[in-house]
Amino acid sequence: MSIKNLLKIAMNALLRNKLRAFLTMLGIIIGVASVIAMLGIGQGSKLSIQQQIAGMGLNLVTVVPGSQQRGGVQFGASTMQSLKETDVASILSDCPAVLAATPEVRGNGQAVFGALNWPTSLYGENESYLQIRERSVENGRMFTSQELGSASKVCLLGKTVVKNLFGEGADPVGQVIRFKKIPFVVIGVLNSKGLNTFGQDQDDLILAPFTTVQKRVLAITWVQSIYTSAIDSKSTDLAQTQIEETVRRVHKIRASDQDDFTIRNQTELLSTFSSVSNILTILLGAIAGISLLVGGIGIMNIMYVSVTERTREIGLRMAIGGKGFDILLQFLTESILLSITGGIIGIFLGIAASKIIGSTMSWPVVVLPSSEVLSFAVCTVIGVFFGWYPARKAASLDPIDALRYE
Amino acid sequence: MKKLIEIIKLKKDYYVGEVTVHALRGVDMVVNEGEFVAIMGASGSGKSTMLNIIGCLDKPTEGEYILDGISISALSKNELSALRNRKLGFVFQTYNLLPRTNALDNVELPLMYNNTIKSKERRERALAALESVGLTDRMHHKPNQLSGGQQQRVAIARSLVNDPVVILADEATGNLDTRTSYEIMALFQELNNKGKTIVFVTHEPDIARCATRNIIFKDGVILRESVVKDRINALEMLASIPIEAD
Repeated sequence: MSIKNLLKIAMNALLRNKLRAFLTMLGIIIGVASVIAMLGIGQGSKLSIQQQIAGMGLNLVTVVPGSQQRGGVQFGASTMQSLKETDVASILSDCPAVLAATPEVRGNGQAVFGALNWPTSLYGENESYLQIRERSVENGRMFTSQELGSASKVCLLGKTVVKNLFGEGADPVGQVIRFKKIPFVVIGVLNSKGLNTFGQDQDDLILAPFTTVQKRVLAITWVQSIYTSAIDSKSTDLAQTQIEETVRRVHKIRASDQDDFTIRNQTELLSTFSSVSNILTILLGAIAGISLLVGGIGIMNIMYVSVTERTREIGLRMAIGGKGFDILLQFLTESILLSITGGIIGIFLGIAASKIIGSTMSWPVVVLPSSEVLSFAVCTVIGVFFGWYPARKAASLDPIDALRYE
Repeated sequence: MKKLIEIIKLKKDYYVGEVTVHALRGVDMVVNEGEFVAIMGASGSGKSTMLNIIGCLDKPTEGEYILDGISISALSKNELSALRNRKLGFVFQTYNLLPRTNALDNVELPLMYNNTIKSKERRERALAALESVGLTDRMHHKPNQLSGGQQQRVAIARSLVNDPVVILADEATGNLDTRTSYEIMALFQELNNKGKTIVFVTHEPDIARCATRNIIFKDGVILRESVVKDRINALEMLASIPIEAD
């Protein structure tokens, strides 16, 4: 029997029971739609995490003090004072894979302007900060290396600080604010970056020259962390190795001793979060996949009913020359037609659902073409798999018995 | 005269559990081209088994069956299907039309299983078959829109569409009233006059008298075989039956 005739016969058989065909397809429609939507949500959250981490600077390699052992006692990392400003200079001169580096010191306190005050963090950085952290100055200017060298009391404000000290949309450049009673001249405003992956406001900060914060505000000799930027995102691992060697040498750490610092790069962070959201995607997909499976069982059920119901038709078809294989193909075509039609409707419904979820819940949803192709392929497999047994049953009927079936 | 059906020492056993049922116990039978044979017998006499074997739906346990020069014993299931498709036409007691499918599509059905026939030819032949049973005006009607007699005529058209060497009818008038039965028999006689060979199973003696020859089965063997002398002309019979007023 030709494919055209097969399709015609299958179509006619399904159209004889429109409601039943639709209800059977509904299982597949819902299954496919939920697979598409769930994978979309999973992919969307993965992508948004990736974008946010990339926004923090994909080339970023961070050095923080590590825990240290003295006389068998482990000391907490945050209390350590092992990193020095000179380490930054060593890293810059000895690590070819590092493009830029800045020491960082930070202190929390109350910023005051006139009658208004706001609790925030003061970050001391050098002039490479903007480049390393992928930020820019929106209004005003960055501090210069002269100001850095002379520990000038100048600062740049984040948008949140501007809003709380000066009011929305005000221009603070040229004004003087106080942080821990020390006056700072505002020379610029940083661009807005919004919340980071962890929900922290990246605009709630005051940026000042490193020297000013370290010596005039905090009065310390060490630095709290070092941020470096690798020459490109592929070189972060290389940069990490070079920095480790350099800092170990500068810190005179013996080969048998552990590092007194920890190096992190964003690729690691990215892969951690990616694997988390991959698990999420798999989990959501699996739950949706189960509903697809249930839909498939629904097809199998209806095909069995259909075979029983149409026993005499099968007998007749065999009597007038239909081979067992023709009958098998006929029922298989019906189940595949059901599952594929359901699958196509489900794909469109899933895309629509993803759009609705994305827009109403402001949840990032990305429907990849690959998940559409996957769903379609799964539907075809379901049609064949769940249609096979009923079709086999039909094909193995004896025409004489089938013709007499009541 | 050409032998279309030749049956030699044919036996058929069924195994029901441990009991063997001898449905046919050695039958010799010949049907020549152009004959109209009625097979009669009580239930259990083996006439249905005989028709199943003649219709290539079943294979003999012993003996030989030669249909149009082809011995069927050696054929596979698929070859038997193809043989049924090319050489046989079936008419059943319960019509066995596809529900919710119009007359034309029902008649086309046997040709669907013949890949050598294109859709245009299929349609033409189905139309011709419907015309020969006088149902051209009903070709787009579905079975539930047709009377019993009309449904059986569609079934006969279906059995004609592949131009079979033999038409096999199993109690084809069993579900019909007397008048409609004779209408159907008149159609069979007309087809027979045009040269179609027909093998007809019935238990009604009057209907059997429309045929040219009767074969009576009993207990799995042929009891009697006779050429019909006072053959009924179904058309004349029809004229004598009053049309019932509804």
